[in-house]
Amino acid sequence: MVAHLIGVLFDGISYGSLLFLIGVGLAVTLGLMNFVNLAHGAFAMLGGYSTVLVMSRYGVPFFLALPVAFVVSAAVGALLERTLYRRLYRASHLDQVLFSIGLTFMAISAATFVWGPTQQPVRVPSFLQGQVQIFGLDFGAYRLFLIGVVVVITLALGYLVERTRFGAQIRAAVDNQQVSAGLGINVDRIFCLTFALGSGLAGLGGGLGIEVLGLDPTFPLKYIVYFLLVAAVGGAGTISGPLATALILGVFDVAGKYYVPEIGAFVIYALMIVLLILFPSGLFGRRA
Amino acid sequence: MITRGILATAVASAVAFGASHAEAQNTIKVGAVLEVTGPFASLAKQMTNGMQLYMKQHGDTVAGKRIELIIRDTTGAQPDIARRLTQELIARDNVDFIVGFALTPNALAAAPVVTEAKKPTIIMNAATSVIVSRSPYMTRVSMTLPQVTAPIAEWALKNNIKKVFTLVADYGPGLDSEATFKKTFTAGGGQIVGEVRTPFTNPDFGPFIQRIKDAAPEATFIFLPAGEQAIAFMKGFQERGLPQAGIRLIGPGDVVEDDVLEAIGDVALGAITSHHYSMAHESPQNAAYVKAYTDAYGATARPAFTSVAAYDGMAMIYEVARRLNGVIDGDKAMEIIKGMKIDSARGAISIDPETRDVIQTVYVRRVEKKNGRLFNVEFDKIADVKDPK
Amino acid sequence: MPDDVATRPVRLPDDRWHPLEIVFWLGLVTAFFLFPGYRVLGSQILITGLFAVSLDLILGYAGIVSLGHAAFFGVGAYTAGLLAVYGWGEPITGLFAGAATAAIVGYGTSFLVVRGHDLARLMMTLGIGFLLFEAANKAAFVTGGVDGLSGVVMWKLFGVFTFDFAGRTAYLYSLAVLFILFVVLRRVVASPFGLSLIGIRERSRRIPAIGAPLRQREVAIFTISAAVAGMAGALLAQTTQFVGLDVLSFSRSAEVLIILILGGAGRLYGGLIGAVVYMVAQDILSTYISAAYWRFWIGLLLVAIVLVAHGGILDGATAIYRRLTRGRS
Repeated sequence: MVAHLIGVLFDGISYGSLLFLIGVGLAVTLGLMNFVNLAHGAFAMLGGYSTVLVMSRYGVPFFLALPVAFVVSAAVGALLERTLYRRLYRASHLDQVLFSIGLTFMAISAATFVWGPTQQPVRVPSFLQGQVQIFGLDFGAYRLFLIGVVVVITLALGYLVERTRFGAQIRAAVDNQQVSAGLGINVDRIFCLTFALGSGLAGLGGGLGIEVLGLDPTFPLKYIVYFLLVAAVGGAGTISGPLATALILGVFDVAGKYYVPEIGAFVIYALMIVLLILFPSGLFGRRA
Repeated sequence: MITRGILATAVASAVAFGASHAEAQNTIKVGAVLEVTGPFASLAKQMTNGMQLYMKQHGDTVAGKRIELIIRDTTGAQPDIARRLTQELIARDNVDFIVGFALTPNALAAAPVVTEAKKPTIIMNAATSVIVSRSPYMTRVSMTLPQVTAPIAEWALKNNIKKVFTLVADYGPGLDSEATFKKTFTAGGGQIVGEVRTPFTNPDFGPFIQRIKDAAPEATFIFLPAGEQAIAFMKGFQERGLPQAGIRLIGPGDVVEDDVLEAIGDVALGAITSHHYSMAHESPQNAAYVKAYTDAYGATARPAFTSVAAYDGMAMIYEVARRLNGVIDGDKAMEIIKGMKIDSARGAISIDPETRDVIQTVYVRRVEKKNGRLFNVEFDKIADVKDPK
Repeated sequence: MPDDVATRPVRLPDDRWHPLEIVFWLGLVTAFFLFPGYRVLGSQILITGLFAVSLDLILGYAGIVSLGHAAFFGVGAYTAGLLAVYGWGEPITGLFAGAATAAIVGYGTSFLVVRGHDLARLMMTLGIGFLLFEAANKAAFVTGGVDGLSGVVMWKLFGVFTFDFAGRTAYLYSLAVLFILFVVLRRVVASPFGLSLIGIRERSRRIPAIGAPLRQREVAIFTISAAVAGMAGALLAQTTQFVGLDVLSFSRSAEVLIILILGGAGRLYGGLIGAVVYMVAQDILSTYISAAYWRFWIGLLLVAIVLVAHGGILDGATAIYRRLTRGRS
């Protein structure tokens, strides 16, 4: 019984970790930069395809393919930021929605054209498959790995945003561009780097997610709800908000599916509604 | 410059229009209603490939008429659009046949339209039993879900599997397949030790698989939409060591569709399924089909059951056109279709004269590795299976 | 725009019809005769347009962004569809029944929606949409689940006009319903009630100060919007004589939002223009350019429109018009 409970808790946390990983990039662009980038999934998909490509074509091992996914998505993100996105920082959220959905449509068609509509295979290293025993309990190896990645990313992002000069500059630039520029902060550069960071995280999430979520050209729209769940329910402007949301949703979703599978489909949405009722401006809303 | 370009285009299209008008008497038009974009794009791709491959191999002329294939996109499960496209293909493009339909709701919504217009309609995938009964002008060359599901229940009973846990996606096809399996399996003395229906958009099967493991059945029966769900389930099934615990994986063949099998990977090894087509089917016809398919679409392309059904559907159209000498009449076409036999890559199939549904051999297969690639290798079969309803 | 409000004498916007509006509606009538092969598409454009107008009521006028508006569209569609399946195929009453149930669901859920901020509202509507979608899937014994609800048999409209396959009745019926509702809604948004809504959108903190009950008004417009969406859904069910589970889907919610933003929110016509442009473009691109890759071009169209004209087609057109007329004077 207790073993079950621990098992469910572990699965829930690992599922929440996955949600966090695919959504954290959007938490950066939406939360920190206040840009509604619905093309987040397209960057994640790009990371996914990069991972598959370098692994299958060039035989790059999985652990090296992941940084490649980050870099490729970040680079493309930076490029698009310089050429297109930056024109829309002052536009309304609705314009941003239309623009980024348009980009997503283009990405989906382009991916279909290049890779075809079928699922792509990914082979994770054998020590990440199967289960490992800890204290007599079985834990999924890949799930443990996902949790580990989340810990690293959270610490790194937390440090970057809260403790470094760059983080302070981001926060300043987002809060008031004019004053920041007046203080000698290169707002253009800061925004470009932040956007690249968000895109890179999306790409990393895409690469990590294939093992569980699969990868085909409809990826950006298929999981858009999950990206939004993580980035929007947690409250904009923090990393802890999205993390807490993802973990709560993950644990309850898994528990619901295990204990009351009949209503398994409803749990995640019903819980989200409850969270929104309890915390209308997000779990850890920095900006009300 | 620009105006001249537009003028030239206008003239060209006017000429083309005139030509196509004159040609109309000399063509047989086939209108395909397909889920070309959206989540079911890979099915539509296979079906398009199958149809075009047949036309490429057999020439686009039959009985002195040119066959023209017009493909329209429903964008997914959108019955309102499917119905509109069907109507437009009939009224605007004057098609002689309607084909396609990967999904049941799209086919059901089109049924009244093709009945009204008396257009012979070939269902090339949608697998809910009831579809062909909705229009006397509909026939099916693919399969019904109960048809390919019942044999795996019989195989399990024969092989001393008595306790089964069922897991299906919580939507129409999943429930149909669950009902068929339970009926056949319990009638033969089998016992269902647990059942679960998973949300049909569901990225994590962990908790469900844990339930199965805790229930310790002899086998798990699954039906999930082919694609990322099947992949996620298979991976979870391995990860939690269910095969090592002696739990087998059985079900209809959709979860190990040839097209996604490589994406699932080695975790699929050992899965036993029943289905009407495997690209590893051993026959000269299939060897020729697989070769033609890979020649046309690339060495790594893998034909799945969806492509074969579309290919056979095209064969049906050619046969009807030949027998009617190029003048397509809905009622006459249906008379020819009823009872038609096709020497398919999956083995011989025929159309039931009463139900207009497909009768075919269903094979039992196991996922195995050959030359580093994964295949569904057939090892048992049940001949002439009809839809059990 | 808010800055010149203060200098203008306070009165309600005048209610006269602009010549362009008359041209627009006459165009919809003319289209019926000009493109007889496209009447079914036409009827679906009109229905989607009406659906977009319903979204505009809450997005354009009250500033509530919804990613779950298909919930009400779907409730209306299932109501009208089920009535017809169970023997009541009279279209007009079916339409009102669809509107009524959607209004009830809209009223019930409005309290959850209006209390949060932008993102919370977005997620709340999305969540409600998904819950209804899953519920309709679970209740397959009533709704038909993913296989859809077939057997919808409509009686003749007014006992005279059969719902034909070529879409003749469907087009004229949809156009008539759209026009009547539009006239009513046009009046509503120009009323003191409608103006107070705009006030909510622009300065939601100050509205209580002038004595307008903010939450009540938001609940009211949300309910009206749901009713109109329900009517659009009922229209689709009746003219298609089939209800698929997709009427409640997230993609339908997302698509109508895209259509409205494309046309331009906040002026009622935006939804209609958006529906015409988006669906005609989709039809042309997927028929004549590529059935497999048309989405690329429609994506490009959306991106281009945003880069050229902020605020959708209508705002863009207005800006260009203003620039031209200013240049002349």
